[in-house]
Amino acid sequence: MLNFALSHISAALPEIFLSASILVLLMVGVFSPKDMAARNVSGLSLAALVISFLFLFVEHQTFNVKFAFPYGQGEGGQPAGYFYIADFFAFYAKTLILLASSVAIILAEDTLKKLKIHKFEFYILILIATLGMMVMTSSTHLLTLYMGLELMSFSLYVLASFWRDNSKSSEAGLKYFVLGSLASGIMLFGLSYIYGIVGDLSFGTINSAIAILHAQEQHVLPLTVALVMVITAMAFKLSAVPFHMWTPDVYEGAPTPVTAFMSAGPKIAAFALLMRLLVEPFSALNEDWTQVLIALSLLTMVVGAYMAIVQQNLKRLLAYSSIGHVGFMLVGLVGGTIQGVHAVLVYLTIYGLMTLGAFGMLMLLRRKDVYLETIDDIAGLAERAPAYAFMLLLIMFSVAGVPPLAGFFAKFYVFGAAVAAGYTWLAIVAVLLSVVSAFYVLRIIRAMYFDKGSHKPIDMLAPMPMRVVVVGLVLFLVGYIFMMQPIDTISYKAAESLFFSASL
Amino acid sequence: MDFPILSTITFLPLIGAFMIFFIMNGEEEIVAHNAKLAALWTSLITLGLSISILFNHNYDPSSADFQLVETHQWLPQLGLYYRLGVDGISLPFVLLTALLTPICILVSYKGITQKVKGYMAAFLALESFVIGVFCATDLMLFYVFWEAMLIPMFLIIGIWGGEKRVYAALKFFLYTFVGSVLMLVAILYLFFAGGETFDMAQLPELIIDPQVQIWLWLAFFAAFAVKVPMWPFHTWLPDAHVQAPTAGSVILAGVLLKMGAYGFLRLSLPVLPEASAFFAPMVFALSVIAIIYAALVALMQQDVKKMIAYSSVSHMGFITLGIFAATTESIQGALMQMVNHGLVSSALFMLIGVVYDRMHTRDLNRFGGLVKVIPLYSLVFVFFVMASVALPGTNSFVGEFLILVGSYSVAATPTILATLGVVLGAAYMLWLTKRMIFGVPQTAEVNRLVDMDKREIAMFLPLIFLVLLLGLYPNALLHLTEASAAKLSGRLGAYHETLKENKNHIIGKTHSMVTPEAATQKGAH
Repeated sequence: MLNFALSHISAALPEIFLSASILVLLMVGVFSPKDMAARNVSGLSLAALVISFLFLFVEHQTFNVKFAFPYGQGEGGQPAGYFYIADFFAFYAKTLILLASSVAIILAEDTLKKLKIHKFEFYILILIATLGMMVMTSSTHLLTLYMGLELMSFSLYVLASFWRDNSKSSEAGLKYFVLGSLASGIMLFGLSYIYGIVGDLSFGTINSAIAILHAQEQHVLPLTVALVMVITAMAFKLSAVPFHMWTPDVYEGAPTPVTAFMSAGPKIAAFALLMRLLVEPFSALNEDWTQVLIALSLLTMVVGAYMAIVQQNLKRLLAYSSIGHVGFMLVGLVGGTIQGVHAVLVYLTIYGLMTLGAFGMLMLLRRKDVYLETIDDIAGLAERAPAYAFMLLLIMFSVAGVPPLAGFFAKFYVFGAAVAAGYTWLAIVAVLLSVVSAFYVLRIIRAMYFDKGSHKPIDMLAPMPMRVVVVGLVLFLVGYIFMMQPIDTISYKAAESLFFSASL
Repeated sequence: MDFPILSTITFLPLIGAFMIFFIMNGEEEIVAHNAKLAALWTSLITLGLSISILFNHNYDPSSADFQLVETHQWLPQLGLYYRLGVDGISLPFVLLTALLTPICILVSYKGITQKVKGYMAAFLALESFVIGVFCATDLMLFYVFWEAMLIPMFLIIGIWGGEKRVYAALKFFLYTFVGSVLMLVAILYLFFAGGETFDMAQLPELIIDPQVQIWLWLAFFAAFAVKVPMWPFHTWLPDAHVQAPTAGSVILAGVLLKMGAYGFLRLSLPVLPEASAFFAPMVFALSVIAIIYAALVALMQQDVKKMIAYSSVSHMGFITLGIFAATTESIQGALMQMVNHGLVSSALFMLIGVVYDRMHTRDLNRFGGLVKVIPLYSLVFVFFVMASVALPGTNSFVGEFLILVGSYSVAATPTILATLGVVLGAAYMLWLTKRMIFGVPQTAEVNRLVDMDKREIAMFLPLIFLVLLLGLYPNALLHLTEASAAKLSGRLGAYHETLKENKNHIIGKTHSMVTPEAATQKGAH
């Protein structure tokens, strides 16, 4: 008998609230006067994200693991399983996601207006995607997983083609949709194998079943196929090489606010999901997926570093740069240790804010409403807009991982985890590739500081909230060295919590 | 609690740099003037505070331990602490950095006309990070400063440099970055394989498997050898020197090159003695090659700055030789020679800068006969040339003598070859003097040169004073370094035995008798 007491849904309150507010905001958007709709919804959507965070925060005052949405009837009147888990790991990932989405919303407004696509649907789609990501991080059942994944992906497809008058944007959306659907299909195919072998969809049951099968060496091939398919689909979402083809085109084609959003939140959610999958249902196959991750991370780092060097378009360059960062994060996951998960969480925190800062800068840099898009465009920027150039310099040195900026500590954690897990050679390859990635960073700085460009001034008319947010992101990168302690403590708890939930 | 003097001198310049950033934008000349003044005063106060360490009652030069220690928690979960301290090995370089920065700012008073604000801020930031490198006694903190220093130096070369500045800046950054990141992996490995500590005072106590040491040593070597630079990792240096503005060359030659040698002294030798012994013959060979090869290359240069740059490579060869000979005398000599090179080659770069500001050329064929036109300049030039070729009475004589005396017992052949390098060094420096100072003017421009003004005299005076002081009374420096050098050398008993055994087997099988462990491993291959 299903008992829908409050205690059974309380763990999912933030998401429930967010879904309800999405419906309300749709109504607000529809019934507001046309010129006010987008403004109203943008403010309210920010409020919705903040309130969801408050719900989240209240739920997680204690570090207990909570479940929601029971199903079936197990022993002693207990439900057979749950669809939904709310542990501290999910809390940490969701906090990052909500933060990234809020920042993306604040950054978006000005640019959307300039592109004349400032419509309220944008914010609704962002909220739906955010909801999907939150569901992904909390899923403990393959159905929940798939639902969250698709909720996020579909919103992103639409968002990518949001600038529908622009052929590149439409192309980006279509491309993303086709390849993303393919990935989802692969994912489903892999999941069907698992269901076929195990006969259950809950992470916990799959975990114990796979552990037994693995010990008895049964169904080795189908299990491996399922694992590879699931990882492949996740690699698509993470844009890990060789499943990265969509990334540069979509990043370039999508309007910059969408790119900023896509580069932060979805990466965080996908990594959180991947980590949960590897630690819970597939923990017994540790040796298998470690090999897959090593191959993926090597390819991803190499392609991300080398392909970024030859890019002229800044958005494409940042796309390859983000591919490279995904490669570094995968290095941390190799071995599947608690330090590794911890390292990836710290990396995600820094990377998410760093990439938002980078795209935020791209949205600030424009001249007469034309955005600076290529490296040649930003030549001589130090003369034209010294403050912006300096901010971009700090962000880019952080991307390269030069201390004392935050990007260095992200790499420090990941390489430390790899060395601690016994993969020193992988760490050596990774640091050498981080030198290659320093090269494209230096190209940008060279263009801004060393090259002579046009002397025409940059628009300085960006609205205050947007500038404040970008400055705040840069200050985070500079000041991270002073706030390592709390972030380290909290993210370590999150990593512990992931392993604890997996053991339940 | 005592006054945190080391934190103050480390971060005061950085604060100064931030202040300069906030100087109001206004008329360009006024902004530039204010920025220069602010930078000069910040660096002078830093210098004063650094000198005060010598008279600090908490600093005892006869002790070899880290002193004026400051320890704070940074991220204890990962073993990160904020630890500062100085000993006889690091203090001279803190002082050298603090001395050279105000001189650099004086040097740039006229030469830099573009973006003065940014330039001064970059220099102060650089000073801060470099002092941080020498003061840090936590390995990660050391690494953070070590890498952070790349950012301002990259900008100084790239923005205010010469024609091919972009190429030089990129080369400088990427070369040093490659070395440094390998060191990062080594540091992490040392942490996890060793005692889970980044404390430099504890690291020498670790017992590390010789086979592992070899890999760690190579990774550290990648970082330090590029920075020193040792042959064949030196190719970035001539480019960086030639393209950097005068003050950039001064700080590069004066301080940044010393960071590599400092790394050898601080980490390679004490923490990885077995591997150091294993690789010592290689280091000796590279040092000798650097001494002779760089001297020969210097002989062939038409560009004065490039010549001094190659002479730096040559001089650093003596220093690495002295470091890896690792007797008390040779380490003392190496430390002294590092300081000397910091003073003398800085002065030479400044001297080139003086004529470059007037003639905008560094082509050796276009000078000549300067002594008749600008006698005061010529006097100073000849003085520093003499210091560079280690004339008795100047500081370099003491340094080179100590190195050669200290190294002979350990590595006779390299020392003899290095002595040959002394002759070559004298050859190119004297030839330089002949072509530049004496003879007849090669171009009409030379006749229009004006002699040094008060500012220029002021920036050479402290260097002249120190060259003579250390030349005539070397104990002024040696009593600072003695305890630490003796401690380091005393720790390396096994190291010296290995080197001795090596020497007996020098012909044919140089590397065959290293340590028992390494030998067995070699046999296993």
